[in-house]
Amino acid sequence: MSPELLKAVADSNHWWAIGPEIILACAALGLLVLEIVTPKEHHRYIPAMAIASLAMVLTAVVITFTSSNWSEELLFGGLIRLTGAGQIARVFFLLSSLLVCFLATICLPRAKMPRVEFYHIVLVVTAALMLLAHSNHFALFFVALETVTIGFYILVSYFRDNALTLEAGLKYLVLGALSSAILLFGIVLLYGAVGRVEMDGFVRTGFDFAAVRAFLVENPDNFLAIAGTLLVLGGVAFKIGAFPFHVWVPDVYQGAPTPVTAFLAVSSKAAGFAVLLTLVLNVFAPITDKLVPVLSVLAAATILIGNLSALKQRNAKRLMGLSGVSHAGYLLMGVVAALTVPWAAGAVWFYLFTYLFASMAVFGVMAYLAGADDTAQELDHYEKLAKERPFLGAVLAVGIGSLAGIPPLAGFMGKLLIFVAAFQAHLYGLLAVAIVGVVVSIYYYFGWIKAAFFETWTPNPESAPARPAPAAPTLIGSAILASLALVTVLLGFYQEPLTRWLLP
Amino acid sequence: MPDNAQLLQLAIATPLVAALIIALGLPKRFATKLALVAFAVPAAVALWLWSQYPAEGGARYHYLSSIDTGLANYGISLKLGLNGIALPMFLLAAIVGGAAGLYALRSSAERLKTYLVLLLIMHGGLLGVFASVDIFFFYFFHELALIPTFIMVGIWGGRDRNYAAMKMTIYLTVGAMLSLIGLIAIYVKSGANTFDLISLKEAIAADGLAVTTQKHIFGVLMFGFGILVSLWPLHTWAPLGYGAAPSSAAMLHAGVLKKFGLYGLIQIALPLLPAGAAHWAWPLAVLAAVGNVLVIGFVTMAQRDLKQMLGYSSVMHMGYCFLGIAALSTVGTGGVVLLMVAHGLSVALLFMMATCIHHRTHTFDLSEMGGLAQKTPVLAGFFVAATMASIGLPGFANFWGELTVFVALWNFSKVLTAVAVAGVVISAIYGLRAAARVFFGPQTEALQRVLKAHPPMDLGWGERLPALLLLAALLFFGFYPKAISLPVDQALNPPANVAEVSPVTFQR
Repeated sequence: MSPELLKAVADSNHWWAIGPEIILACAALGLLVLEIVTPKEHHRYIPAMAIASLAMVLTAVVITFTSSNWSEELLFGGLIRLTGAGQIARVFFLLSSLLVCFLATICLPRAKMPRVEFYHIVLVVTAALMLLAHSNHFALFFVALETVTIGFYILVSYFRDNALTLEAGLKYLVLGALSSAILLFGIVLLYGAVGRVEMDGFVRTGFDFAAVRAFLVENPDNFLAIAGTLLVLGGVAFKIGAFPFHVWVPDVYQGAPTPVTAFLAVSSKAAGFAVLLTLVLNVFAPITDKLVPVLSVLAAATILIGNLSALKQRNAKRLMGLSGVSHAGYLLMGVVAALTVPWAAGAVWFYLFTYLFASMAVFGVMAYLAGADDTAQELDHYEKLAKERPFLGAVLAVGIGSLAGIPPLAGFMGKLLIFVAAFQAHLYGLLAVAIVGVVVSIYYYFGWIKAAFFETWTPNPESAPARPAPAAPTLIGSAILASLALVTVLLGFYQEPLTRWLLP
Repeated sequence: MPDNAQLLQLAIATPLVAALIIALGLPKRFATKLALVAFAVPAAVALWLWSQYPAEGGARYHYLSSIDTGLANYGISLKLGLNGIALPMFLLAAIVGGAAGLYALRSSAERLKTYLVLLLIMHGGLLGVFASVDIFFFYFFHELALIPTFIMVGIWGGRDRNYAAMKMTIYLTVGAMLSLIGLIAIYVKSGANTFDLISLKEAIAADGLAVTTQKHIFGVLMFGFGILVSLWPLHTWAPLGYGAAPSSAAMLHAGVLKKFGLYGLIQIALPLLPAGAAHWAWPLAVLAAVGNVLVIGFVTMAQRDLKQMLGYSSVMHMGYCFLGIAALSTVGTGGVVLLMVAHGLSVALLFMMATCIHHRTHTFDLSEMGGLAQKTPVLAGFFVAATMASIGLPGFANFWGELTVFVALWNFSKVLTAVAVAGVVISAIYGLRAAARVFFGPQTEALQRVLKAHPPMDLGWGERLPALLLLAALLFFGFYPKAISLPVDQALNPPANVAEVSPVTFQR
C-alpha cells in the first residue's frame, strides 16, 4: 500500500463522526472502574450514571441532527457511511436503551444480582448497535453484530439462579451462534463471488458494500452471489425473529429478565430492520426482483405464524414475544414495499418508533407486576389490575391498544402508513394476509385487556392461586410510564414531530 | 365571536377535551357538571349550524377548515365541513348524543366517571365522523367511537358481556379493516394520493376509475361497511352486542355509530364508484331484502327478550337502508338519509325505554311482563310512540324514509318492493305485540311479586327529558321532512352523481 493511499485513508478517519459510540464505550468502561474504586454503598448511583451518559449522548445526537449536514459521507476508508437513516437509528437505540435501563432499575434489585455489569453491557451493546446501523463494510458489519449478540448472550441469562433463564440463555447461545454462522457463510460466499475489484482508483474486496452492489449490477444471475445474499438475509431474519428463524423467540423472551426481553423486542428487532433496509435498498438493490418474492413469502408467513401461535399464550412475556414476531411481519411488509416505494422506509421507522413507545409502556407495567419469579408472568395475574392500580391499568391499555393498532393510538398510524405504502407497491396478497393478522391479533390483545379490566367470575376466590401484588410505581417511574402513554396517544392525533423527521 | 367553522371544531373538541379533563381526575360532582356542558354544547352548536346553513348550499361543503397533523404531504389532514348529506347526520349525532348523555348522567352506573369519559369519547368520535371531509379521519373518528363501545359492553354489560364484547370486537374489527383497505384503495387508485373527499371527487371526475377496479373496491367497501351496519348474514354481533350493552352505549351505537357504514356508502362509494355500485346493486338488494328484511323479520318475531328483539329489529331496518342504496337513484339515496335519521332517533328512544322498563320490571323477558301501563302511563306513552315510529306510521320521520325508499325500489325491482313492504307488516306484528305484552293485559305472577317488592315509579324528569328530546325530533321531521330532504336533495342532485345510472330524479 502506497503512503499516499494510507494518507487518504487516514484523512477519512473522522473520529468525531463516531463520537457517540466512543463516548458510550468510555462510559461503559468508566462504570467498571467506578465499581472498583468506590465503596460498595455508593454503587446504587451507578445506574443513574449509566442513564445520565445515555441521556447526554441522546441530547447531543438530537441537537446535532438538524444542524449538521449528513451527506452520505464515506469515512474510515469506506467502513462507515453516515446517513440520515443511521442518525434516526442512533436516536432510536439510545432512547430504547434509556428505557431498558429504567426497567432494569425496577427489576434488578428484586433479583439480588450484581448490577454494574448489566449497565456496562447495555452501554456496550448500544454503541455496537449504533455502529451497526452505520456500517458500510461486511467486516465491520459482522463485528458490530457479534458485539451485540455476545452482549445479549450474557444479558439473556443474567438471572443465573433461575432454571428457565439458563435454558433461555443456552437456547439463545446455540441458535444465535447458528445464525451467525449462516450470516458469515453468506458473507464469505459474497466475498468469494466478488473477489477484488478496482473502483475509483481503490482496490476493493467483496466485503465492501459498494463492490458487492457493483458486482450484482454486472452479474444479477450469479448463483454464488445470490446464495450469499439469501444466507445473509437469513442471518438478519434471526435478529428480527422472522419465520422460519422465530423458534427461539417465545422461550428466550420468557426466560430473559424483563428489561432484557424489552431490549430484545425493541432494539434487537430494530437493528435487524435498520440493517435489512440498508442491505436491500443499497447493497442488494440490483437483484430486487429476486428478493421481492422471497421477502413477501417471509413476511406473510411471519405475520400468520406470529399471530396464530400467540393466540393461545397465557404468559405475558411469551405473548409479547410471539406478537412481536407478527410485528416483524408487518415491518417486513413495509420493507418489501420500500423496494418499490421509496418513502416506505420512513414508514418502517415510524412504525418502529410507535412500537418502541407502546412496547416499553407495556414492559414497564410488566416490570411492576412481576413477582419474585420473573419468568412467571401469567395473564391471570392482571386480574383486577384496573381496580387496584388504575394508573398501571390505563398505561397497559394504551400500550396494548397501540400494539393492536387501534385508532387513535400511534400504532394505528404506523400500520396505516405501511398499509398505504404496501398498496402503492401493489402487494395486495400480502395486505390481505396482514388484515387477517390484525384481526387475529385483536383476539389475544383484547384477551389481555379483558383480564385487566373486565371482572370475571371466579368460583372460589380463596382457592385461586396466589398472584404477586403489583408494586407501587415510584414518582419517576410513573412519570416515565405516563409520558410513554401520552406520547402514544398524542402521536395518534398529531404525527408532525415524527413525520417531519422520518418522512421529510 | 368564533366563525362557524371554528364552532364546528368546537363541537367535536368539547366532548373529547371534557373526557380528558375528567380522566385526569376531576372530582365527581364537577365531572357530572362538565359532562352535562360537554353534551349540551355540540347539540347547541349543531342546531345553530343547521339554522345558519345556506338554503341553496347543500351541494357544497360549508364551514370548511383544515388542520395539518403532520401527514399533509401524504394527503392526510384533519379537514372538517358539512355538506347536505352530512348536515342531518351531524344533527342526529348531536341530538342522540345529547339524549344518551343526559340519560347517563341520571343513571346510577357504577364507576360513573369512567362511564362518562367513555361516553364523551364516543360522542366526540361520532360528531367527528359526520363532520370529516377527509375520509381517513372519517374512519379514524369511527374507530375512536367504536373502542369505547367494546369497553362499555365489557364492563357495564348485562348477560354474556364478555362473550358479547369479544364477538363485537372481532366482527367490527374485520369490518373496519375491510373498509380501511377499500378507502386506501380509493386513495391509491384514484391517482390523487389524498384522502380529501373533495379532491378525490375532482380527481375521479377528471379521470374516472376503470370499471373492474371500481367493482373490486366497491365489493370490499360493501362487505366492510356491511359488517358494520349488520348486513345479513354478517349481522350476528348486533343483537348480541345490543342485548349486552349498557343503555347509553346501545343508544349511541345503534342510533348513530352504525350509520357510519351507510353514510360511507352514500357519501363515498356511490359518487366515486358508480359502475361498482351498479355491479353490486343486485347482490346487495337481494341480501338486504331476503336476509335483513324477511329472515331477520321472522327471527325478530320469535324473540322473547325485549332487548334482543330491539337488536334484531334494528338489523331488520338496516335492510331498508341497503335497499334504498341498491335502488341506485337519488330518490332512494335521499330516502336512506331520511330513514337513517329517523331510525337513529327511534331506536335510541326504544333502547332507552327498554332500560326504563327493566328498571321497573327487573326483567327483559316479554312473557313475564304485562299491565305496566296502569302503573306507568307516561312510560307506556313514550314506548308506544317509539314503536309506532319504528314501524313507520305517518306522522313520524320513519314514514317518509320508508316511503321514499319503496318508491325508489319500485323502479328497481317490483318483487323486492313487495318483500320490503311485507316487512312493514312483520315489524308491525312484533312491535305492537311487544307493546301489548309489556303494557297491557293482566300482570303475570312474577311481575306482581317484583312490583310489590319495588313499587314502580313513572318516568322521572331525568328520563323524560332525553325521551322528549328524541320524540320531539322524530315528530318534527315527521311533519316537516323538508328540513332534511332539501339539503340532501341538493347534495345528491346537481352534480348528478348517481343520476347517470338511473333516470329517476328526486321530486317533492
